[in-house]
Amino acid sequence: MGFEKFGQVSFTSQTRAAEFVDYLEKGEVRATKCNECGRVFFPPRADCSWCMSSNVEWLEIKGQGKIDSFTKVNYAPTGFEKDVPYILTLADFDGIKVFGRMNKEISEDNVKVGMAVKVAPLTLSEGKITYEFLPA
Amino acid sequence: MGRNVCIIGGGMSLWGVRQATARDLYQEAGKACFDDVPGLSNKDVDGLLVGSAFTERSNFQTHLAPLVAEYLGIKPKNICCRVELLCASGSSGIILAYGLIKSGLADVILVTGGEKLYTPQRWEVFYSELGTGDHDFDGAQGLGLPPPFFSMVAQKHMKEYGTTEEQLSMVSVKNRRNGARNPKAQFQKEITLEDALNAPPIVRPLKLFDCCPVTDGAAAVIIASEERAREYTDKPLVYIKGTGQASVNNASANMPSMTTWEALKIASQEAYRKAGVKPSDIDVAQTHDCFTISEIIEYEDLGFCEKGEGGLFVEEGRSDFGGDVPVNTDGGLLSCGHPFGGTGIRQAIEILRQLRGDAFKQVEGARTGLTHNLSGLTAAHTVLIYGRDV
Ligand SMILES: [Zn+2]
Repeated sequence: MGFEKFGQVSFTSQTRAAEFVDYLEKGEVRATKCNECGRVFFPPRADCSWCMSSNVEWLEIKGQGKIDSFTKVNYAPTGFEKDVPYILTLADFDGIKVFGRMNKEISEDNVKVGMAVKVAPLTLSEGKITYEFLPA
Repeated sequence: MGRNVCIIGGGMSLWGVRQATARDLYQEAGKACFDDVPGLSNKDVDGLLVGSAFTERSNFQTHLAPLVAEYLGIKPKNICCRVELLCASGSSGIILAYGLIKSGLADVILVTGGEKLYTPQRWEVFYSELGTGDHDFDGAQGLGLPPPFFSMVAQKHMKEYGTTEEQLSMVSVKNRRNGARNPKAQFQKEITLEDALNAPPIVRPLKLFDCCPVTDGAAAVIIASEERAREYTDKPLVYIKGTGQASVNNASANMPSMTTWEALKIASQEAYRKAGVKPSDIDVAQTHDCFTISEIIEYEDLGFCEKGEGGLFVEEGRSDFGGDVPVNTDGGLLSCGHPFGGTGIRQAIEILRQLRGDAFKQVEGARTGLTHNLSGLTAAHTVLIYGRDV
């Protein structure tokens, strides 16, 4: 249990990568890193998809990332209608690509490709939690 | 090497917003398919493959293949199942039929595909769409509908290569013109460049005519060994020459590049290699124009033009009749619509007609054709090459 707290709408309760949510609640966004081959995965995975090792550790995504691309969503999938508009963003943290939303207070005019961002947990209502990008 | 395998006939239901159930659509498509091959009856078919992605959701029907078999009067004995690869479910079915027949496990397979997407629960499709990417992570944050993703792709291509909104619109003008001749298309009306450029925005820079619609429909083809094909038809034979299907990422963040589709390059190289042909040998192609930007990138990554020149390729008319390689000659997804599992089958039907010489508008002397589907948020690519020569 635990993972049902993740996201604006959640679809999963049990996952071997549920510690992701525990770290979010501690204020950290973490990927998994394979201790055998060194590869990093985000979203996090319980086993390494490259060498199949289960010897993986949690690695915090910190510091500055760069916006790779973004788009403003005006028409949302079912369950997200009251969230629109929101800005979906892909950011690159030194090779770790993270997909998520831009902070609600940032208008589209103030978002640029190449802009420096950080990623941080965002507490939602009813005990739910996700992460978002903020200007760095 | 196995046996030679042919596509010998095909047909579609009318595509669009249909007052019809899924089984009605499969029946319409099956009947049109058998009508196309008068020498063959449903009693001659020994296998059935059904491509459908959302059947458990919007059609609320699992175990679909036996139902379709019953409605088409088919009693399969070698294969009877459903195939799913979202937007490429139909072309996946054709690849599997090809393999089964080539290896001798079956002789005559009907491959059909389709979707019923308009239901009284209008939210259904836009809920299920969340399951087409990485449901647990991307879906949980509201990435599920394709337009925002393809808008990011378009913005990047425009920035990297100077592709223009006019060039995007030219794809929809061309495909709408082709679709206007297709009596089974969802949209059978031409549009002007002004219509396309002035259309309401969906997600910048994509406007209404840059996006394919939501569609009910089905299509069906007959795939058979060359030997059996000769028993059923005296029309020119069309062979399946090469196939490729590739995936290099699922989650959108893990795409090596948004503007060069690596999985498409891999799938097409495999198909070209198996078929023994080069991009310049392709006389006619049906590619996955879910959005106008998709078709432009597909020209490039299929090797019809250099990287970054896809916009110019459509602007110069090189993908139109009379050009290097006419693309989406039946109207593509932009005109015909996109009932996911049906699309690859529709493409195969148009290539069959073009190579047989009885298309609505003929590419003169076409001998080699190609179909391409992307599926999901470009997470997989499927390419088939057909030819009049083995
Ligand atoms: Zn590893």
